[in-house]
Amino acid sequence: MKNFEYAGADTVERATMLCAENGTKAIAGGTNLIDLMKLQVETPARLVDLNSIDDRRIEEEEGGLRIGALASNTAVAVDQRIRSDYPVLAKAILAGATQQLRNKASVGGNLGQRTRCFYFTNIDQPCNKRDPGSGCGALTGVARIHAILGASRHCIATYPGDMAVAMAALDAQVELSGLANKSRMVAVRDFHRCPGYTPELDNILEPGELVVAVHLPAPVGGTQLYRKVRERSSYAFALCSVAAIVDVKRGKIARADLAFGSIAPKPWVDQRLTQLLVGEKPNMALFEKAADILVDGARGVGDNDYKIPLVRRTLIATLCEATEI
Amino acid sequence: MPIVINSLEYQLPADPRVSLLDFIRDHTGLPGTKKGCDHGQCGACTVILDGVRINSCLTLAVMHDNCDVITIEGIGSAEQPSALQQAFVKHDGFQCGYCTPGQICSATAMLAEIAEGWPSDATQDIGTRPSLSDEEIRERMSGNLCRCGAYPNIVAAIREVADAGQ
Repeated sequence: MKNFEYAGADTVERATMLCAENGTKAIAGGTNLIDLMKLQVETPARLVDLNSIDDRRIEEEEGGLRIGALASNTAVAVDQRIRSDYPVLAKAILAGATQQLRNKASVGGNLGQRTRCFYFTNIDQPCNKRDPGSGCGALTGVARIHAILGASRHCIATYPGDMAVAMAALDAQVELSGLANKSRMVAVRDFHRCPGYTPELDNILEPGELVVAVHLPAPVGGTQLYRKVRERSSYAFALCSVAAIVDVKRGKIARADLAFGSIAPKPWVDQRLTQLLVGEKPNMALFEKAADILVDGARGVGDNDYKIPLVRRTLIATLCEATEI
Repeated sequence: MPIVINSLEYQLPADPRVSLLDFIRDHTGLPGTKKGCDHGQCGACTVILDGVRINSCLTLAVMHDNCDVITIEGIGSAEQPSALQQAFVKHDGFQCGYCTPGQICSATAMLAEIAEGWPSDATQDIGTRPSLSDEEIRERMSGNLCRCGAYPNIVAAIREVADAGQ
C-alpha cells in the first residue's frame, strides 16, 4: 500500500473542505477502498476518516425515512421499519456481500463503491476508468460480467452493487453536501453515470462533495422482490438482478417500479416498462413485450452476450412471481 | 485513546497503513487471528469489533481509537474452551485448522445475530424472526471459507450449540 496521511473529520463541513483537495479520499467502512489501496488501484495522498461524524441514524421524516450516510448496511437491513415498509431494500442488501462486510460497509460507501471489472482492479492492464486514455482491456478481453446497456466504446464496466438497485426502484433521493455547506438532492437514479468519454467519473459528485443521507419516499406497499442471479448462491456479485415493486389492483397492474443491477454502468431504470405495464392485466405476452423493450438496444461484446436472454428471462420470472401468474 | 483487545489496552500504531489484522498479529502478540487472502474474501481474519463480526484485514488499525475487539484468544482457551470450540472439536469442524479462529469468531457473533432476530438472504419472510435451519447457517457463514471442506461438520457443530442454547 502506498503511504498516505490520515486525518479525521468530525463535521461534514470539515470533511468536505479536506476532501476538496487533490488526492484526498473519504473513508467510512473502507471495505472497498482499502482493498483497492492494497492493489494500488487507489493511491490517495490523504484519507479523511468520516466515522466521528454523528450521522448513522435511521429516522422517520415527513413521508418517509432518512438514512444517515454512515449507517451500516446491516443497520439498514435489520431495521424493522425497512423490513416491513421497504422489504425490497432489506432483501437487496442481504443478497450482497457477507455479514462481516455488511457490518462494516456504510450506506454512503456502498453508493460510491467501484466496479469489479477485472481490468480496473489489475494495474498491469489497460483501463480507461482507472487510467484515462490507456484503453479498455475488457472490450477484447474477458468480459462475462460486463455491461450490455449504457456502456461506451471507452468502458463497459458495470456498477456491481445491490443496495442502490433497490433504492432506484424505490426512487430514493441522495442528499449531498459540498463546499461551504452547499446541499443538494439527487435521485438515486441520477447519481451514477454512464461512461461516455469520461469513464473515470462513476457518479455526479463534485470535488469535495459527500453523500450525507439517503431519503426513502413514503411506503408504497405492493409486492417487493429482489431477484439476483449469480455464479454461487451466496457471496457473489450479480450477473444480473431485478428489484421490483409491483401492485395489482382489481386484476390490473397499478404499480410496476423496476430497476436492474449489473447489466449497466448504473442501476438501470427504463420508464417505458412502467408505462407499458401499468393499467394492464398481468399476462405472459405483456411480460415478454416488457422484456423485449428492456433489451431493445442491448449489446454484448461476446463473453457477456448471454446477459441479454438472462435479464430478459429474469424480468419475466420476477413479474410472474410478483403478479402470481 | 487506546484500542482495547480482549480487555487489554494497546496504543495504536503510528503508521496509518497497518491493517487491524496486522496490528493484532504483529503488534499485540496475539497470533490466533489468521491472514488468508488479505482481501475480505476468505474470513480467516474475522474478529468481533464492538459486538459485531468484521474482516480485520479490510480496515485500518488507526480507525479504531477507543474501540473494543475480541479475537479468538478472548473467546476461550485450551483450558476453558467456549461451547463452540468444544463442538468444533467434537464434530471435526476442521482439518488443517487455519480457518478455524475466523470460523469460531464468526459463528460466535452469528449466534448473537440470530438471538437479535436479524434476517439473512436465506430467511423466507424477512418481517419475522428467523429460525436456524441448516440453510440459514450456511448462508450466514458464507463469509468464512474452509479449503479443507469441513463445511458439513462446521454446520453440525454450530447447530449443536444453537440447539443447546434454545
